[in-house]
Amino acid sequence: MRKMSGIVKFLRNNAAGYMFLAPWLLGFLVLTLYPMIYSLWLGFTNYNFTKPDATQWIGLGNYVKMFGPVFGLSEFTTSTGDMMRIDPYYLKSLSVTFTYVFVSVPLKLIFALAVAMLMNQKLRGVAFYRAVYYIPTLLGGSVAIAVLWRKLFEKDGLLNMFLGTLGFTNLPGWITNPKYALWTLVLLTVWQFGSSMIIFLAGLKQIPQEYYEAAAVDGANKVRQFFAITIPLLSPVILFNLVMQMISAFQAFTQAYIIGGGRGGVLNSTLFYTLHLYIQGWAYREMGYASAMAWVLLLIIGVLTAIVLRTSNLWVSYGTGE
Amino acid sequence: MERENNVKTGTRTRIRHTLTHLFIIILGLFMIYPIAWMSISSFKPNNMIFSDPGLIPKTVTLENYVTGWKGYAGTTFGRFFANSLFMCAVAIIGNLISCTMAAYAFARLKFAGRGFWFAIMMITLMLPGHVTLVPRYILFNTFGWVGTYLPILVPKFLATDAFFVFLLVQFIRSLPKELDEAATIDGCSQVGVFTRIILPNAVPALVTTALFTFLWTWDDFFNHLLYLTKPETFSVSRALRTFVGDAGAVSNWGGALAMSTLSMIPAFILFFSLQKYFVQGITTTGLKG
Repeated sequence: MRKMSGIVKFLRNNAAGYMFLAPWLLGFLVLTLYPMIYSLWLGFTNYNFTKPDATQWIGLGNYVKMFGPVFGLSEFTTSTGDMMRIDPYYLKSLSVTFTYVFVSVPLKLIFALAVAMLMNQKLRGVAFYRAVYYIPTLLGGSVAIAVLWRKLFEKDGLLNMFLGTLGFTNLPGWITNPKYALWTLVLLTVWQFGSSMIIFLAGLKQIPQEYYEAAAVDGANKVRQFFAITIPLLSPVILFNLVMQMISAFQAFTQAYIIGGGRGGVLNSTLFYTLHLYIQGWAYREMGYASAMAWVLLLIIGVLTAIVLRTSNLWVSYGTGE
Repeated sequence: MERENNVKTGTRTRIRHTLTHLFIIILGLFMIYPIAWMSISSFKPNNMIFSDPGLIPKTVTLENYVTGWKGYAGTTFGRFFANSLFMCAVAIIGNLISCTMAAYAFARLKFAGRGFWFAIMMITLMLPGHVTLVPRYILFNTFGWVGTYLPILVPKFLATDAFFVFLLVQFIRSLPKELDEAATIDGCSQVGVFTRIILPNAVPALVTTALFTFLWTWDDFFNHLLYLTKPETFSVSRALRTFVGDAGAVSNWGGALAMSTLSMIPAFILFFSLQKYFVQGITTTGLKG
């Protein structure tokens, strides 16, 4: 009887909580946890969507397929005794993605901060300006903008029309030239600095004006004020923006897919990691390999985020003392 | 003397402000130019899109809208717009129900394991979706769902968009607890507190959730590419892709620009009518973009 009432008590205390949590919990178990375990396992197999019955455990085969070229391999024998060719484009997709992330994210944040500071003044119409500057971010992720971007940077696109009227000749097709194609995507990303700008602006509003006034009395100029007041007090916001933008930049897909017409562009110059993953998994149906690629992406993002957070105590201050 | 100084600094501030205004406006024009050019060019005859970088069209035509509207594989853009609106509506309903339920549990109810599950939810917030991609596809394929809207819409009823759960948790936590307590004393159950106290008071956060659910579902391309395989189920973003050929070449530029312009109208309307919710959503969760 006593035990019974214990169970009843437990149910009474927890039933409501789990009832409300049920949809999320079900979603987490079925659509996140189970798929994660499953894809971890798939990454060690040669699972092909068209012939799932032929699936075999190949150990680290998929990972050798990715990183084999680092050790000078072109083919190797898997644990099942089959020959497997390395992926000649994997390292390219990795370098394209790293270049894209490490250039576009800092540029985007610098731009966002500069514009936010410009707008953090007692100006009339700031709300309107903020809205206008946010429009590219509002629309930037869409297929429509990607289609437009092609038109802007093609050989007979808008940019070259302008440069032509300024007297430039022999202009390249920016999207079709492997030297420049990735930079058009970087530009497209930096153009969408609106969210970061709004977050910076909210952060800047929190900094008391008296700090600047006191610094000015002490003879600190604007540059000094920026590095001694703005940057330290804004550092938690900078960290937040940096981490969020980095994570999402690694997963960029749509723009590269549209601009390359479903492929990696000329000489794979815009072969983003996720685009390569999509091509492997859905064009070639090599879903075991695609799963392994997804796990490497998770590791890369996890490690880089951890590094940023670990080193953040060197430059982020959480308002220690007034 | 002092007065003269004030006048001087006043003039200087005014000049500085004017210059700042000017700078912001010029930079803003640069920012907007591509989108403005696209909208205006969609009214130019096809052969003039290529030769005219200016904003004022010399001839205005609706021809691009007519050719673009024809769509793809016999399905018109009318259908694509209806499909997108349908998906957005269902996704909003799903997210509003499931995310508010989870958020209420996390923010207000006491139950064993709450801290643990909350930590898990925060981790999924940062988790790149690609690690679940292949198994989800296989799972939905065994259900026979590939080619339907179910793989895109069912997850919305299971609160898979952790961003909104987080946003709503933050908001519900900021509501005064006395409201719940008073209602409980008056005999309200936990369900009653949820429907009568929490939901009415969380309307701003619900609007933000609905707004971003709409925009992300409307603009989503990756999931539509994976799961919408039949032209009659295409969303607008999936259909726009059909203007771009496999090597990236576009045959009907006028139609592409016209339909792209149309596809942006809902976002514009929502943005300018619900601006404060945008700012709220972005600053509380750092919504992606």
